[in-house]
This record gives sequence, C-alpha cells and structure tokens, in this order.
Amino acid sequence: MSKTSSGTLYRGHEGMWSWVGHRVTGVVIFLYLLVHVLDTAMVRVDANAYDAIISTYQTPWMALGETGLVAAILFHAFNGLRLILVDFWKQGTKYQRQMLWGVLILWVIVFAGFAIRHLSIAFGSH
Amino acid sequence: MSTELPEPASKIELKPGVGGGGEIPSFDITLRVRRYLPETTADAYWEDFKLTMYGTDRVLDALHKVKWDHDGTLSFRRSCAHGVCGSDAMRINGRNRLACKTLLKDLDTSKPITVEAIKGLPLEKDLIVDMEPFFQSYREIMPFLISKGHEPTKERYQSAEDRERFDDTTKCILCAACTSSCPVFWTDGQYFGPAAIVNAHRFIFDSRDDAGDMRLEILNDKEGVWRCRTTFNCSEACPRGIQVTKAIAEVKQAILSRTI
Repeated sequence: MSKTSSGTLYRGHEGMWSWVGHRVTGVVIFLYLLVHVLDTAMVRVDANAYDAIISTYQTPWMALGETGLVAAILFHAFNGLRLILVDFWKQGTKYQRQMLWGVLILWVIVFAGFAIRHLSIAFGSH
Repeated sequence: MSTELPEPASKIELKPGVGGGGEIPSFDITLRVRRYLPETTADAYWEDFKLTMYGTDRVLDALHKVKWDHDGTLSFRRSCAHGVCGSDAMRINGRNRLACKTLLKDLDTSKPITVEAIKGLPLEKDLIVDMEPFFQSYREIMPFLISKGHEPTKERYQSAEDRERFDDTTKCILCAACTSSCPVFWTDGQYFGPAAIVNAHRFIFDSRDDAGDMRLEILNDKEGVWRCRTTFNCSEACPRGIQVTKAIAEVKQAILSRTI
C-alpha cells in the first residue's frame, strides 16, 4: 500500500477557499497574539526592556504589519460569523455563497476605512 | 424461428452520409491519466493518450478506449457505467466526478483532460484506491433499521411528510466522491467523512427508526460531525446532487437540540 497520489490541486469552489483563508488568517492571528502576550509580559520583567520593545511598534514595518493583522482579523471575524450561521441557521447552507460575498464586501468597506486612517497616521506628517 | 423482415422504405429522403454513425461529431482529446503501477515504478506519473472521441462519449468511454485499444495495463473500477453503482468516482480536471456521468464535450477539450484517483484513501493502482477505511466509517454509523418493540404484522407505515424529511440522503450510492473531496478527510483519516454522516442522517431522521440517539452519540465525537469545516466540497462533488453539507449541519443541530 502506498501513500495517496499527489497530483493536481483540488479545484474547490468559494467554500474551500474561504476555509483556506480562515485557516491562514487564524494562524497569523495566533502567531501575533503569541508574540504580543510575550512582549506585554515584559512589563513585569523590566520596564525599560518593555519600552524598547513597544517602541518598535512605531516603525513603518510594524505599521504595515499591523495593517495586515487587521486585514486578517477582519476576515476571520466576519467569516467566523458566516460559519456560525452556516452551522446553526436553517437556511445557512443554502445561502453560504451569498453570505461569503457579504463577508467580502463588509471586509473591503471596514478594511478600507481602517487602512486610510491607520496609514495616514503611520506615514503622515509627524 | 422468426424470419427477418425487410426494413420498410424510408418515408423521408435522407441525404447521403446522414443516418449512419457519422452524424455524431467527433473530436480529438488528450487524456492525461495519473498512472501508478506499484509492480514497476515507485512513484505515480502522468501519461498522455491522444484519442478521437465522439460527442456522446463520457470520460469512462475514453478510459475504455485506452484500456481496450492502447494500454491494457490501465486499471480503474466501473460496474454499471450508468451512475448508479458508484464505482468510478475519480478526480476529473481536479474535481471529484463519476467518469460515467461526465461527458467529454462538457469539458474543455482544447486542453488535456486530467484524470486521477480520488484523494485521501490509500492508492493501490492507477485509479484504484483502497475503499476499506471509507466503508469502515459507513459501518460504524449502523446503516440499517433498528426498531424497538414488536415487529408489525404488516409494513411499517410512514406519512409522505415523514418520508420527505430524509429523502435527499436516501440517494447516496457510496461512491466516496464527497468523502474524498473533503480537506479534513485528506489530512485526518479518522474523520467519519461526509458519506457516513449522510447515511446516518438517512436513519436519524427516519420516523420508523429508534436508534437515532445512538447514532447521534456516535457522531458527537471528536472525529464526528464537529470535524466538518463546511468547505462545501462534498455538496459540489456529489453526483446525486445530495446537499451533503446541509445534511451534516442538520445532524449538528440535532445533536445540540436532542433530549436524552
């Protein structure tokens, strides 16, 4: 008996790709939270070290990272609500595709609002 | 002994060439098959076959043509060839389909048509996988009527409404197209998989059956319905059009709302 054939990528539809997106954003958020809990915990160890670490949040790279983080959180949050409806609302499975479009539209609107505000503060005149 | 009657003269004037087999349009295709021959090679590889096929042909006919006219070593399962036995589920152009229900003319014939074995089950040869893990899960949900009390002397009555409740899930032909399209099943072979849950649904919501709670208990497992991540690959792959993800969601809701 051999391992299963690794051939082409399975060509799933919206449902599969939203699941992939949910997984990826979930891992991204988890990794961020892990780092964030550690850097916040530094305040208990050494106040100066804490200040030094937190000041790196002011750098442009971190500003871009935060933009990506918010993008991930917004998708994960809205799609998470969709998944709850798919599981527990009687019509959820019927309208899953429409709900995904709703998630994406909501995501674009909220993220655009955040990105304009955040990036203009991060890269605007000090 | 019956004597052969002469064919009656045609009432319509047929142009020459019409009326024979030539009226079905033919076209050339490239069939790209994922081969795996454990006797000769260690790894799976792609093999192309150039074939001339007809507008009425299905992917299964192309596979037959390869096996009968080109390479007899090509191995695949098929029995009825009419979409009922569920033997020939395979990945056609990256999606799980029955080879006997997929017309070649509905595919993009300008590009090679890829045919692979279904994912997530141990590959044995070419397009043949070991179905045992799939049937093991099916057996575990007890896919048979369990009733309490005395046997009725006549048939077990059921209203049309009660029958309608689980009508969708009675259509399953156990082809494994759904289970082997599930990303959770690919990585977690312990997951019951959509097909087993569909067949549990068929009895859980049957008013004549009395073991619904037992089946819900079996599926209320770490590897049961809660593994479902609602990717909808199963609903899309089902050759019988069963709303598989909907059936799984109904079982989830039944587990939460049941009264033990």
